[in-house]
Amino acid sequence: MNHWIIAPVVLPALLAPVIAYVMRHDIKLARYASVAGTVMLAAISLGLLTIVADGQTHVYYLGDWPAPFGIVLVLDRLSAMMVLLTSMLAMVVLWHAIATEWDNRGRHFHALFQFQLMGVCGAFLTGDAFNLFVFFEVLLIASYGLMIHGGGKVRLKAGLQYVVMNLAGSTLFLFALGALYASTGTLNLADLALKVRELPVEEAGVLRVSAVLLLMVFAIKAALFPVQFWLPGTYANAPAPVAALFAIMTKVGAYAIIRFYTLVFGPDVAAVDGLIGSWVMPASVITVAVGAIGVLGARRLMPMLAFAVVGSMGTLLLAVAAFTPEAIAVGLYYLLHSTFAAAALFLLADLVVTRRGSDALTAQPPIYQNGLFAAFFFVGAIGVTGMPPLSGFLGKLLVLDGVRDMPWMATAWAAILIGSLVTIVGFARAGSVVFWKSTAMVDAEAEASETVSPIGVNALVGVTASLTMLALLAAFAGPVMGYLEQASVQLFDVSGYVDAVLGQHGEDLK
Amino acid sequence: MEMIVASAIGVLTAGGIYLILRLRAFPVILGMALLSYAVNVFLFATGRLAVNAPPILNNYADVSYSDPLPQALVLTAIVISFGMTAVLVMIALGAYLEADSDEINMTDADEDAAENEEGQGV
Repeated sequence: MNHWIIAPVVLPALLAPVIAYVMRHDIKLARYASVAGTVMLAAISLGLLTIVADGQTHVYYLGDWPAPFGIVLVLDRLSAMMVLLTSMLAMVVLWHAIATEWDNRGRHFHALFQFQLMGVCGAFLTGDAFNLFVFFEVLLIASYGLMIHGGGKVRLKAGLQYVVMNLAGSTLFLFALGALYASTGTLNLADLALKVRELPVEEAGVLRVSAVLLLMVFAIKAALFPVQFWLPGTYANAPAPVAALFAIMTKVGAYAIIRFYTLVFGPDVAAVDGLIGSWVMPASVITVAVGAIGVLGARRLMPMLAFAVVGSMGTLLLAVAAFTPEAIAVGLYYLLHSTFAAAALFLLADLVVTRRGSDALTAQPPIYQNGLFAAFFFVGAIGVTGMPPLSGFLGKLLVLDGVRDMPWMATAWAAILIGSLVTIVGFARAGSVVFWKSTAMVDAEAEASETVSPIGVNALVGVTASLTMLALLAAFAGPVMGYLEQASVQLFDVSGYVDAVLGQHGEDLK
Repeated sequence: MEMIVASAIGVLTAGGIYLILRLRAFPVILGMALLSYAVNVFLFATGRLAVNAPPILNNYADVSYSDPLPQALVLTAIVISFGMTAVLVMIALGAYLEADSDEINMTDADEDAAENEEGQGV
């Protein structure tokens, strides 16, 4: 039993209270601690990645209670990758928040940030359905605090909406777990995988209800139509670094869908035969459409980026809806891409909006160093909309290829291609209004901008790092896809997972 | 007893959903509380309803016992929903004091305010 598996949960969990209680009056100390913690988290997750390189599923039994009676954490290729993604995104966002002084505009940013990391890493690692609920609550309660960080009338109101929405989601989650427990008598994912496959189809009514309820809960997190409406308001009004961090929150929902509907309610389970894919597919198509139309119709920069996130979730889940190992692998590649693409644009938008004074998509006098920001926006928009040479293009191409053998291939291709076109038009319009048209209104403000100091290198590091990740994902697409295909094959190897978790007990229970 | 428990869950859920749909801060908070009571009773019932049964297996004898796991789940759910309600109350209070209105819905006026508020770097 490798104790490093629980380190991504324990480290932020220990660090956060220390930051909150000991360092609350000293922002400098809190920054050092938070950065050190996040760097250590990244180092640990790199270590975890080497552990899973042997292709095994590694299990951590909390308190050494045998599964399925105790809680287990499970480390396989997918969860190791998700934890690494979390820690890398966290480093980028944390750097930006510190460089732009966002962390100092309200209290307890760093403590909440660490609690958020704890919840996200825990959700990726856990092998127990109720424990997943608990980690969801941990990451949500931290996100409530981060969402309203800095205060302000509109932000508090948007935060209230976000909290109410997610509390309702949590209640649904509990109902789903209750129904799951009532029909199977267990909440351990590996044990559930066994029990669900043993249940006769005619007795699986309650099970089907819980499968669909769970899908709704995860769809709320993943911003899938028709429960995507909370996302634009939340992301547009959250502090920009927090919105960039929230890029991983939608991915938690996508991860939960991938994990639950391959392991527990996999395509081979007769009780929920085809039920999930046939719901996720049309919902993702509409999500792509909602995202694209939202990008085109947005009146402000931040909501436009939020709608771009909605659209990217649609594309991701369209690949997932196929539920074949190949399609899940390309979905995961798109997941990696869209996380960094969204983060890059939110961080950049933060810099632009701060200098511009407003995020309305109307022509205003150009900001100081207009050309620099325009160049960054151009690169970011290329990444998000999926044009070559960045990873968005490869990601969308792979998704198109991944769903090629599906009966609904024509619908999916049309949705992705038309959606991309509309998104490109939306971003082109926004870019030209914000950066280009404004150059026609020069001079009156030219003297005023003399007083503005040029942007520091530190403030640009976050954006540059995220964009570099997109370029690296494109340059090393081969090795990355190789890893993801292995992860996806491991994901569909249900008996391997069950044997690893239940071990000898599994034999007895069978 | 099944009838009483089932209708209790149903009435609590219906009341909770009705209150949430009022879209004012105070009814929504009450509605969330009612919903969490409903889910607690529901979770409690998932271990099957048993009267006067020991909470754990009695010396492996062939007697009926009440499932202890849902009770542990309910306990966790109660603690979490209690904490969440406290957070919700604080955020609702903050939003009410800032905006001088307890409506949950965002209006176009809020959108315009958001455009202007960004200007102060808030």
